[in-house]
Amino acid sequence: MAHHVVPQKTYVMVFLSLLVLTALTTGVAFIDLGPFNTVAALAIAFCKMSLVVYFFMHLRQSKGLVRIVALAGFFWFALLMGLTLNDYHTRNWTPTPQPWSVTAPPTHP
Amino acid sequence: MLRRRPAVTDAEAQAHSEHVGLMHQFEDLDQQLDTDTLGIWVFLVTEIMFFGGMFTAYVLYRGLYFMAFEGGSRILDVRLGATNTAVLIASSLTMVLSVRAAQTGNRRALIGFLIATMILGSVFLGIKGFEYHQKFVEHVVPGLDWAPEGATLAHIAPGGLGHAQMFFIFYFAMTGLHAIHMIIGMGLLLWLLVRAYRNRFTPHYFAPVEVVALYWHFVDIVWIFLFPLLYLIGGRY
Amino acid sequence: MSTATHVPRVHAPRNYLNADYGWKSWLFTLDHKRIALLYLVSITFFFVVGGFFAMLMRIQLIEPSGAIVQPETYNKLFTLHGIIMVFFFLIPSIPAVLGNFLVPLMIGARDLAFPKLNLLSWYIYILGGMFTLYSALAGGVDTGWTFYTPYSSLYSNTQVTAVAIGVFITGFSSILTGLNFIVTIHKMRAPGLTWFRLPLFIWAMYATSVIMVLGTPVLAITLFLLALEHLLHVGIFSPSLGGDPLLFQHLFWFYSHPAVYIMILPAMGVVSEIIACFSRKRIFGYKIVCFSTIAIAVLGFFVWGHHMFVTGQSIYEGLIFSLLSFLVAIPSAIKVFNWTATLYKGSISYDAPMLYALGFIGLFTMGGLTGLFLASLATDVHLNGTYFVVAHFHYIMVGGAVMGYLGGLHFWWPKITGRKYPNGWAMIAAAVIFIGFNLTFFPQFVLGYLGMPRRYAFYPAEFQVLNVMSSAGATVMGVGYLIPLIYLIWSMRYGPPAEENPWGATGLEWKTASPPPTDNFKEIPIVTEEAYAYAPEEASGD
Repeated sequence: MAHHVVPQKTYVMVFLSLLVLTALTTGVAFIDLGPFNTVAALAIAFCKMSLVVYFFMHLRQSKGLVRIVALAGFFWFALLMGLTLNDYHTRNWTPTPQPWSVTAPPTHP
Repeated sequence: MLRRRPAVTDAEAQAHSEHVGLMHQFEDLDQQLDTDTLGIWVFLVTEIMFFGGMFTAYVLYRGLYFMAFEGGSRILDVRLGATNTAVLIASSLTMVLSVRAAQTGNRRALIGFLIATMILGSVFLGIKGFEYHQKFVEHVVPGLDWAPEGATLAHIAPGGLGHAQMFFIFYFAMTGLHAIHMIIGMGLLLWLLVRAYRNRFTPHYFAPVEVVALYWHFVDIVWIFLFPLLYLIGGRY
Repeated sequence: MSTATHVPRVHAPRNYLNADYGWKSWLFTLDHKRIALLYLVSITFFFVVGGFFAMLMRIQLIEPSGAIVQPETYNKLFTLHGIIMVFFFLIPSIPAVLGNFLVPLMIGARDLAFPKLNLLSWYIYILGGMFTLYSALAGGVDTGWTFYTPYSSLYSNTQVTAVAIGVFITGFSSILTGLNFIVTIHKMRAPGLTWFRLPLFIWAMYATSVIMVLGTPVLAITLFLLALEHLLHVGIFSPSLGGDPLLFQHLFWFYSHPAVYIMILPAMGVVSEIIACFSRKRIFGYKIVCFSTIAIAVLGFFVWGHHMFVTGQSIYEGLIFSLLSFLVAIPSAIKVFNWTATLYKGSISYDAPMLYALGFIGLFTMGGLTGLFLASLATDVHLNGTYFVVAHFHYIMVGGAVMGYLGGLHFWWPKITGRKYPNGWAMIAAAVIFIGFNLTFFPQFVLGYLGMPRRYAFYPAEFQVLNVMSSAGATVMGVGYLIPLIYLIWSMRYGPPAEENPWGATGLEWKTASPPPTDNFKEIPIVTEEAYAYAPEEASGD
């Protein structure tokens, strides 16, 4: 945690950046970019989150342990989402077994 | 044992600033601050996993029923959503400035910024409450009042009404859970305000302010994702 | 049995037990040791309740068409048995009782990092327990402790919401305890106590806490969504509204598989302490055991889909989970090898704690090996949903975790209470429990392999002999559990007073009085030696 005091100006600059990014993400939503609308929205959200975490939450001045803890949180969230959604993603990779034909008897050579 | 501590005067606080607020299990205030900070970060990781489960479910259903989610998103009010985002970001600014005020021993600024944060938080909750009310008016509250009609129905029907209901379940569950966290945050801010008023904090002892601030920023980050994921899905062009 | 000595309270030195009197000094305590005892009483209560439900089930299963309970009631019995044993006994047991008591002592601290959160943890646990007891009394729950949807959310008309709230609340008790331990172990170790000088019990508590913190919140959100669905009749997890029941299962097992490692890792930590002490030897391969502990905690999060092999999840997903499930067995096996190597050429004594620890090693190994049958996709198709699974997890949970818990209680009882218990009775009880346990659950492996399904109130007549054996075993086991209850309580008043270090064990907790003073140590110790520094002439190599 910061024992050195962060200047007020830094915080205000971060705040203004966050406002700009909010305006940006709102504006982009009104333009048709197809699938990239989602990509852009998430990318901007990630930037905003990073600003908040790094500056407002003092991760910039934090000890290594705190950073590892924060990273572990995101990694575990990614694990939950990734491995769960992988099920749905790969469900139709294997063909569904068809029922055996009951009318045609097996032919022998 | 749990006991109330007597109020501390300015003079006493200055004189004992290395010891004011020091708990018996710690060697010094530095260790205590380090420990408190680590503690709240570990707690925030639990919150990431908590919301994470719901985000996972959301991503699944958005992928499966994209048109329905798009339709539902279209009837949310982007202006209110964007305003709320700006309000919450501003509250994060006032929150971190209150930490800074505590760090520099500026009691008046600390109290001022805490009050500002609480006001902004209330504005957020007020707008949210208004939005919820709107949803009741439009009859799109799953389980309680689901009977969309007219223009609302026209917007959300194309993706399938059943799946549109799924969107609204997530809308209410996610923003509702977020709002509960905000309300708890408001309670914590009030607690800080009372302690700040009673001069409990010093430049060496302000861990509770930092701890609540970290919680508050986290709740802000959740909204930073909720806003685009719920309000900006698309189809506004 | 040694002569009973009744030590009058007024002459006992000032310790955490006699520091203050009255119910307020217990219910508003911030002392981690008193909180541990609050937990001890509560979890014993829940163990009895859960055991009572098990007893009714086993009585029902004596006859193929038993007339003890209706099938609907039987469903409620196995559900509540599972919920209470998992959430209200096994998960808190070692961490909340032994962990709370020992973590500060073992690391040379005066208390945990957050004593108020610790007390809050207990109150949260009690509140959750009350919701669950209410749900049991107000009609019960019949969904199985796994709450699979859509039955639990849309079709069951039992107290699903109440019990979901109860478990949700109790989850926070777990989270706060884990948080407390992680922070305490990082920040409050005594001078000189580096990570690789820590007792393995602390490593186990740390790894367990990491799991608690990362996994429990996912259970919380799952139960929250389940309750939402149950209350509002919406379809998050139900096909009728486009929901997927497997989503519930993914989210549920993401927590509930790591949960089994929450239950077993602490017991493994206890076993390490006991094996070292009663072999008078360092644990063989100390660092490897540390890394294995962490490996189990981490890998445990990657295997949850092995509970879902036959549910219709993607085959590729199943493949990944099967492979990873085999991998997670490796660190557990490493630990078993290391304990065995510790015993080799050790100077072994067979006091009660050691009997429990040795029992653990054997029974856990059997339970673990049978897990591999289940981890293998093809054999799981045959064994899933049968008594084989029931036997597998009871070997680990009861043969493993409960033995570890009892061993730990017996090992640290003199430290906790300042009294010794009669060793003869303790050894008899350990033997009775061991025999009763095997008689109860070994037949269930056979039953499962032969095809008897789990969660059934009736079964085909050809399975009766094995079921009767199992029920008989359960009776023996029940008697076995009663014996320590009696002599441990007896010892608190009539047991001979214990000295500082009755077992001659290493560890900081043994360097303070039995029972310890409220602030644990007269002076915070400075650590200069490795863990398990037992006499070198008794240890032959590493």
